Amino acid sequence: MLHIKNLHASIEDNKILKGINLEVRPGEVHAIMGPNGSGKSTLSSVIAGREEYEVTEGSIEFLNEDLLSLSPEERAHAGIFLSFQYPVEIPGVSLTNFIKTSMNETRKAKGLEPYPAKDLLKKMRDCLELLEMDKGFLSRSLNEGFSGGEKKRNEIFQMALLEPKLAILDETDSGLDIDALRIVASGVNKLRSPKKSFVLITHYQRLLNYIEPDYVHVLFNGKIVRSGGKELAHELESKGYDWIKQELAEV
Amino acid sequence: MSVELLADKLSSSFIVFENELNGETKTDLHRIRRESMELFEKKGFPSIRHEDWKYTSLKPVLKHDYKVFHKGDQALDFSDIKKFFIHDIDTHKIVFVNGVYSSWLSETTHQGYDVCTFSAALRRHRDVTDRYFSKAADNSSAMVALNTAFAQEGAYIRMTKGASAIKPVEIIHFTTEEAGSLLNQPRNLIVLEEGSDVQIIERHQSLGSKPVFTNSVSEIFVHANASLELYRVQNDANTASIVDHTSIQQHRDSRVRTAVFSLGGKLMRNDLNIAFLGENAEAHLDGLTLLDDGQHADHHTRVDHRVPHCNSFEMYKGIYDGNSKGVFNGQIMVRPHAQKTNAFQQNNNIILGEKASVDTKPQLEIFADDVKCSHGCTVGQLDDEALFYLRSRGIPEHEAKALLLYAIGDEVIGKVRLKELRNRLHKLMAKKLNVDFQMEI
Repeated sequence: MLHIKNLHASIEDNKILKGINLEVRPGEVHAIMGPNGSGKSTLSSVIAGREEYEVTEGSIEFLNEDLLSLSPEERAHAGIFLSFQYPVEIPGVSLTNFIKTSMNETRKAKGLEPYPAKDLLKKMRDCLELLEMDKGFLSRSLNEGFSGGEKKRNEIFQMALLEPKLAILDETDSGLDIDALRIVASGVNKLRSPKKSFVLITHYQRLLNYIEPDYVHVLFNGKIVRSGGKELAHELESKGYDWIKQELAEV
Repeated sequence: MSVELLADKLSSSFIVFENELNGETKTDLHRIRRESMELFEKKGFPSIRHEDWKYTSLKPVLKHDYKVFHKGDQALDFSDIKKFFIHDIDTHKIVFVNGVYSSWLSETTHQGYDVCTFSAALRRHRDVTDRYFSKAADNSSAMVALNTAFAQEGAYIRMTKGASAIKPVEIIHFTTEEAGSLLNQPRNLIVLEEGSDVQIIERHQSLGSKPVFTNSVSEIFVHANASLELYRVQNDANTASIVDHTSIQQHRDSRVRTAVFSLGGKLMRNDLNIAFLGENAEAHLDGLTLLDDGQHADHHTRVDHRVPHCNSFEMYKGIYDGNSKGVFNGQIMVRPHAQKTNAFQQNNNIILGEKASVDTKPQLEIFADDVKCSHGCTVGQLDDEALFYLRSRGIPEHEAKALLLYAIGDEVIGKVRLKELRNRLHKLMAKKLNVDFQMEI
């Protein structure tokens, strides 16, 4: 589904990613862990199409299509979803109208008619329930004045509505209290299916207690330095990132 | 034609105008006209050397050979101009075609209150015109003086004590292709007596391709506990320019809401002066400017807190694309005795075009010590982070930009109390942004 080959990316001449290789198949859940500054968020930004980053080498294919030639909206239409580490507050745009525009533009790109308003409303209600969100959210301005936990739940709410093929969750767990984390994780778990894939980018192992990954990768200094099963996350938790750093230094 | 030649033409036109007035030249009202003409002749048209006109040059507007006098009623088919009216509800209408009152298109009234023309008021309500004419407008302005000199036609609205308008009043000025280049100088007199209320919508619409220049003055008197809503829709042709001067006097417990939507035209200059003469009065001054190539808008506002316990709220937003230019100059004066004043002012601008620019200047003069005043001016661009967020959710760049701009515009449009006008403005804005949202945000 997603093939990343030898990906190099930089921002303002700073090389951040230095040769990433990653393959994600349908239904898989991958966790990418790593210390601060290792390039985790850069990787998610490059996949989603943030224009400040320049890809200097390598390729990303998504469903056999060259992802790097697509605009951010075209990537969304193709089925990629990024849950933002810091969701943006947009005053004056209500959540309902934002969702409506988002979903109908995605349908338009696929040559489909807009969603019938009634069906959309029902779908929104169902997804609100899934994330234990109050329906008052729908009339509020997008993310404006939302608490950290509300913003993250809102991201997963959008994910549930847009039904992406590949969801990248960028530090969705950071700063969440245990209740919010449980809600977010159970939302994600309910959306898991043999056709959907997830990339969880996280600093902490805690999230992986709730969402069990198939693979864990350690990103360090712009490269994936170690890959393994979920037991790798436990090892990282008990030994810390210094363990990896030391091992690399010895090599 | 040069600016000086146009000024000369106006001087000789004034003599012609006087000759046609016959006996009226001996009245007090005409004395004011004559003094105003002398003042205009002394001052001449404002140029960018004047502080108040520093960022707005009238030169490109004044180079045309405008006709000063207007010929009779030009036949216009209502179906052709219907779209310029709020036609889904019933309204009072005062309609002018090429500067001449059109009885055919108008729907005036004298039942309980007066909605008619200034010329009719000069004939039938001389006591009222004598009492109010030239009492609020700032005659030290050359453009006001010029209007005053030729003051003869415009809208007249007099809400009698306790009268509530049964429907909104629309004032519309059309100019047609046949009229050629036209200088239009409407003079509006609006009086709200104690406890009355009215909603007014005004617009100027050029239907032709020739340059049209409107120099409009409105004097508005809002007496105790009266309530006024005044909406201006400026969405004119790119050959049309307007200089508007509006002075509003507010007495105790009165409420005023004004909003100007500057969406189209070559040059739009709006001077809005509000003076609080009685306590516990409140004014809202709103503006939304959305401009593209070749358009210029200048908003000069002045709120004069002369007495204690009054509130003013001012919110002007601007979006400038292409090489358009915007000016905002917001003066708030709080006089020494005007304690417990609340005066808030906000001017936010988004620059879209590389060649677009805006000059914004808050001007607070506060001489009382127990007041709450604040102001804020911002000039910026659309938030890249917000754009990326919307695009990452599948909303194409053009629509994402429009959505963000629409939200800015809605902060002003959303405050319009008249639903039908609000809907119209939403549609106008979506059309200008070239999107079809099918929603009320």
